[in-house]
Amino acid sequence: MEPTKRKKRKAVVSETDCVACGCCVKVCRLSAIRIVKGITARINADQCVGCGLCAKECPASVITIREVCL
Amino acid sequence: MKKRWYDYLWIASLAYLILGFFNILFAWLGLLCFFIPLVLSLVKGTKSYCNRYCGRGQLFSLLGGQFGLSRKKDIPNWMKSKGLRYGFLIFFFVMFFQMLWNTALVFAGAHSLRQVVTLLWTFRLPWHWAYHGTLFHPGVAQFAFGFYSVMLTSTVLGLVTMVLFKPRSWCVYCPMGTMTQLICKAKNHNTK
Repeated sequence: MEPTKRKKRKAVVSETDCVACGCCVKVCRLSAIRIVKGITARINADQCVGCGLCAKECPASVITIREVCL
Repeated sequence: MKKRWYDYLWIASLAYLILGFFNILFAWLGLLCFFIPLVLSLVKGTKSYCNRYCGRGQLFSLLGGQFGLSRKKDIPNWMKSKGLRYGFLIFFFVMFFQMLWNTALVFAGAHSLRQVVTLLWTFRLPWHWAYHGTLFHPGVAQFAFGFYSVMLTSTVLGLVTMVLFKPRSWCVYCPMGTMTQLICKAKNHNTK
């Protein structure tokens, strides 16, 4: 029997709209976000548990929580 | 999360605003908020000033977050558009150079010192109580009045958007943030 694919919630950044302020980095309890070269926030999907704290904090509201198949 | 020394820089930002009510010459210290982010982005190619050291952002976070003075609603799309961000940066630059020009006129002796703080580039607030003379040229004081106007105006705008939208909404259209991001983009355009 084929193993069923589980859906997991992950934060996704719209990198073209991100202002790289770093608010999301400060609230992430798993240190799953970093600011890449002062241009955009990037999420380490392996560490992210999709709690949504960053999405709530982001002043530009460019982070969304999506369900992804793993 | 463990607090670091730079998590308390909001105290410096608050102190700066308060000191301007007592002696306008303290406004010169605000240049640090201009030069440090620029130097960090130019030398290191990062926005570490915004990410770590911006006391104003921390102040908005504190007031809007812990103190609950924010509706925590999404900022409208037009306010986070590139057009508004770059447009505001240009507008800010123009007004900044106009302020420098006014300072230069006082240095040249063409204008006398105006003891006013201009809020939102329009409203001239009498501010003579915070001026007690200067050992230097009156132009030094004129720059202080002008620079404090810039800092107070941006704080007021930041407070309004903090209340209406999310606590650090100012960060979205902050001219320094936009400028340092542009510098970082230019510096790191070859690398991903």
